[in-house]
Amino acid sequence: MQRRDFLKSVSALAASTAVSSPAVFSSAKAQSRQETLLIVSESGPNNLDIHGVGTNVPGYEVSWNCYDRLISHEMKTGPNGQPYYDKNKFKPELAEDMNIGDMSVTFKLKKKATFQDGTPVTAKDVKWSLDRAVSVGGFPTFQMGAGSLTKPEQFVVVDDNTFRVDFARKDRLTVPDLAVIVPCIVNSELVKKHATEKDPWGMEFTKQNTAGSGAYKVASWTAGTEVVLERNDAWVGGPLPKTKKIIWRMVPSAGNRRALLERGDADISYDLPNKDFVELKQDGKLAIVSTPYSNGIQYIGMNVKNSPFDNLKVRQAVACAIPYQKIMDAVLFGLAKPMFGAAAEAPTQVAWPQPHRYNTDIAKAKALMAEAGYPNGFDTTLSFDLGFAGVNEPLCVLTQESLAQIGIRTTINKVPGANWRTELNKKTLPLYTNVFSGWLDYPEYFYIWCYHGKNSIFNTMSYQSKTMDGFIDGAVAAAASGDMATYDTDVRGFVDTAYADMPRVPLYQPYVNVAMQKNVSGYAYWFHRRLDYRTLMKG
Amino acid sequence: MLTLISKRMMLVIPNLIGVVIITFLLTRALPGDPAAYFAGPAADKQAIEQIRVKLGLDKPLIIQFGGYVADLGHLDLGTSLTTGQPVLTELKNRLPASAELTLFGLILSVAIAVPLGILAAVKQDSWIDHSCRVVATAGVSLPVFFTGLLLVYVFYFLLGWSPAPLGRLDVFFSPPPQITGFYLIDSLLNRDLATFRAALSQLLMPGLTLCIFSLAPIARITRASMLAVLASDFVRTARASGLDSRTVILTYAFRNAMLPVVTTLGMVFSFLLGANVLVEKVFAWPGIGSYAVEALISSDFAPVQGFVLTMAILYVVLNLLIDVLYGVIDPRVRLEA
Amino acid sequence: MTDISLSPHGTAVKAPSNSIVRHARYVIAENPVTGLAFGLFILIALCALIGPSIVPHDPLASDTSAALAAPSLKHWFGTDQLGRDIFSRVIAATRLDFTIAITSVILVFAMGGFAGIAAGFFGGWTDRIVGRISDTIMAFPLFVLAMGIVAALGNTVTNIVLATAIINFPLYVRVARAEANVRRDAGFVQAARLSGNGDFRILLMHILPNIMPIMMVQISLTMGYAILNAAGLSFIGLGVRPPTPEWGIMVAEGAGNIISGEWWIALFPGAALMIAVFCFNLLGDGLRDLVDPQRRT
Repeated sequence: MQRRDFLKSVSALAASTAVSSPAVFSSAKAQSRQETLLIVSESGPNNLDIHGVGTNVPGYEVSWNCYDRLISHEMKTGPNGQPYYDKNKFKPELAEDMNIGDMSVTFKLKKKATFQDGTPVTAKDVKWSLDRAVSVGGFPTFQMGAGSLTKPEQFVVVDDNTFRVDFARKDRLTVPDLAVIVPCIVNSELVKKHATEKDPWGMEFTKQNTAGSGAYKVASWTAGTEVVLERNDAWVGGPLPKTKKIIWRMVPSAGNRRALLERGDADISYDLPNKDFVELKQDGKLAIVSTPYSNGIQYIGMNVKNSPFDNLKVRQAVACAIPYQKIMDAVLFGLAKPMFGAAAEAPTQVAWPQPHRYNTDIAKAKALMAEAGYPNGFDTTLSFDLGFAGVNEPLCVLTQESLAQIGIRTTINKVPGANWRTELNKKTLPLYTNVFSGWLDYPEYFYIWCYHGKNSIFNTMSYQSKTMDGFIDGAVAAAASGDMATYDTDVRGFVDTAYADMPRVPLYQPYVNVAMQKNVSGYAYWFHRRLDYRTLMKG
Repeated sequence: MLTLISKRMMLVIPNLIGVVIITFLLTRALPGDPAAYFAGPAADKQAIEQIRVKLGLDKPLIIQFGGYVADLGHLDLGTSLTTGQPVLTELKNRLPASAELTLFGLILSVAIAVPLGILAAVKQDSWIDHSCRVVATAGVSLPVFFTGLLLVYVFYFLLGWSPAPLGRLDVFFSPPPQITGFYLIDSLLNRDLATFRAALSQLLMPGLTLCIFSLAPIARITRASMLAVLASDFVRTARASGLDSRTVILTYAFRNAMLPVVTTLGMVFSFLLGANVLVEKVFAWPGIGSYAVEALISSDFAPVQGFVLTMAILYVVLNLLIDVLYGVIDPRVRLEA
Repeated sequence: MTDISLSPHGTAVKAPSNSIVRHARYVIAENPVTGLAFGLFILIALCALIGPSIVPHDPLASDTSAALAAPSLKHWFGTDQLGRDIFSRVIAATRLDFTIAITSVILVFAMGGFAGIAAGFFGGWTDRIVGRISDTIMAFPLFVLAMGIVAALGNTVTNIVLATAIINFPLYVRVARAEANVRRDAGFVQAARLSGNGDFRILLMHILPNIMPIMMVQISLTMGYAILNAAGLSFIGLGVRPPTPEWGIMVAEGAGNIISGEWWIALFPGAALMIAVFCFNLLGDGLRDLVDPQRRT
């Protein structure tokens, strides 16, 4: 075994020297290049701590790689044959053992685990970190609440190495919620040193510095320009990563990112336009991996509280008039999973996302408009988030053109990214396109946020239905008690209700596309859709 | 000279006050609710209100303005919400990048435009004159972002002559120890030729983009001012006394034609600092322009205010410098002051 | 021909028109570039007037089966991502871009021109206030100010026009002020005053017509800048609403496609943009030669 490994490494060495033989003078540089990954993306983090105020999505990536959680997910083979996290199987990360009881779960911590400054990880740190997550407010507290983790009293230090989480109620999302990014374990002693009366959780310090036990630490960060991460050689959360150094550069222009990849200057990029991914795939010079967003859908939403979209026939007419296939071809270049055109007789699945039964049928849409009492149509606005203009703008232009054929005359309203959430929160946009995707991959999780009558921000349509609420609440209760027959009935029930009432029209399930050099391996899909550096390697 | 400077300073203060007020009002009128933006994707109304109070956005405008001015007094420009860093620090870190790029573009432009203008003036109404005019005007007629993209496509992607458009230095170089903040100068001071070459090659494309854009005004003013001088008596005298035309043009005429050119340079420089915003976006240049655009798009007040204020001060200093330079070139101006 | 700009009589504007024509012909003959610019200008104006009704394809109609087609006989400039005909869009866009440019210069002329004349004519505190306002605007990086205005007021054509007008304000003030200042004690003004005309009437009926030619030069030069400014705003996403064809947006849309080889999407609108700005700039030069032969030397 050892001999074989040795031989392998020798031949790999030979291969690499053969390739880089002209660079004899800078072999040290070539060596460092071999152990360094250069990632390019459009934007970078604004905060290194996911508990921070307004930490953006790139900030989540830093947190994921620099901090550990008690548990994480096992890997399985995904729909595209690539590694994909297994939502049902957990593996220990900082914990070495997890014991789920009836109303609590107990963790034993790894004895060797230390933070990056060398202090050992104790149950006190774990409690402090989870207390912090449920106390700071904003997104982290909200995400913890999604798994019924709301009060510091739920987190109990048993002894230095044993930690218990008490359940507030039976909820099958509680344990999965401990494996998302938010419940990360922070070096409490280190952070407390920097805490002030105004800032009891030391958020100013963790904003600029990583204080975790994770596989990487941030060596330098120039906001908006570059993040440099270095490997933590003392990491015990898993096998030691192969890549010593990660350089993450922000390159705003998509064309430049593509050029960098094609010329071999950058190793990985994952937010290119779909068209670029299709062409790069055809070229075959790079490795391209496309994975559908777990529990995510791009849709056209309608405000059902106000005329004319309070009229079911109008909503059905819209569902008949959307140019689904044109959007798939011209906007997405085929890189998405269609969520339309299911066979009329096909039974509803116990799964989400799943396609609805509408297809583009202008004649039928016109008839529905006449039935609805709008034979001459009406005027309205069609809004989209300018932050994702690359997809949203052509999508809206095509939809606008198609809706005009049934008399719905729309003005396209580009909403700047900063303003988008405010507009959604007002719940006054009559017609718009948006994406929703949930970290926890369960149908009822999606429906609680998007369709439930308690009207969360993601129920952008202001949709209210007693039938719907009954099915959703029923499914949540059935999942917690393990009554799978009732669960299946309820899931089918809410999907059917959603597609009968059609307050929002699903278009497609978007793909996460990652382009990397052929010599880069180890990419895995995670629910958060960001990169996990720990498995990535070159050569 | 000192009275001139202090006189100018007095004139400038009301302008700066105007800039502070307008910027403040403008940034507050931006759409979008920073509180909602930073409360995160899943926040409810209550969470948004919490953030609003935290950011001090619940107070009346006049009190917010008072707070802003008081902070300015302490040289505190606030903290950027998108990047999470103090605005002053970021501007300080990024200003050398913008300044180096703009100056480089300007120097490049002068090196091309001034000879072009002289040539056009000397060969007035010839085909050289007309083509100079056409070329310079064509340059200023191109949108800078388009020129930048075109240059990247041709010189990086197609020909591979220029390095990746990835900021100031190739990834595998480390920046020279900071002395002036200008990589070209710092690397030379450090006798690090490899870094100098790397920094120069990164600078070339964006510099050229800016240069193309600023050719026209410089070439034009050089031509006009040369024409005026060439028609003047002393040049005629010089010619009449048998000096060869090379000496006449370069020594006599050009030196006297420099005055308006210098004035224009000041204008062009501030003009380029504005155009920088788009060029920095195309070349991922870590300057203050790209910083301000990002902030503006995400309704992030503090960096926009800080950026505009910095630019205004820069502009004032620049004009002052030009006035002083003017005095050096033309002693008559000094007397008048 | 000095009588046009610096006539001692109030009737300067009514200078014999055939002499202007003669001079124009002379200038064009002397300077073929101006002739070329004039021809281009007529072409652009024609496109703006009747362009949208003579284009071969509907500039808004998508055809996803013909998306991203290279220039061909059917689509002279190729098609964009949604299969829309770029030639038709470029021609149709002329009207909007032309309108933005013209309305913004008219607006700034109305604001800056009058403010400048008043400042130059009255002097004193009028001059000081106008000077202060325009200095304050000049202290901003102009493009960033335009961005700020459009971002704050919302991205509509009206606001783009307004923002463009505001950033050009100091330029107009400066020119108008200088010209009015020179003329405030000119013979024709004194003559008008002696015959009992009020200040306002003198300003409007005597000074304004006299500085019109110089202002025309300014207008032509800023037209080009107005178009560039609108295109820059579109490039960062603050332009007009889709699917309206507009050169700046079309370049921005095509910018990402340059690297992947679909150069025509950005190139043709970019070229149209450049030609239009180019034409206005050259025309401005030509007009200056026409109205101000002295500066021409």
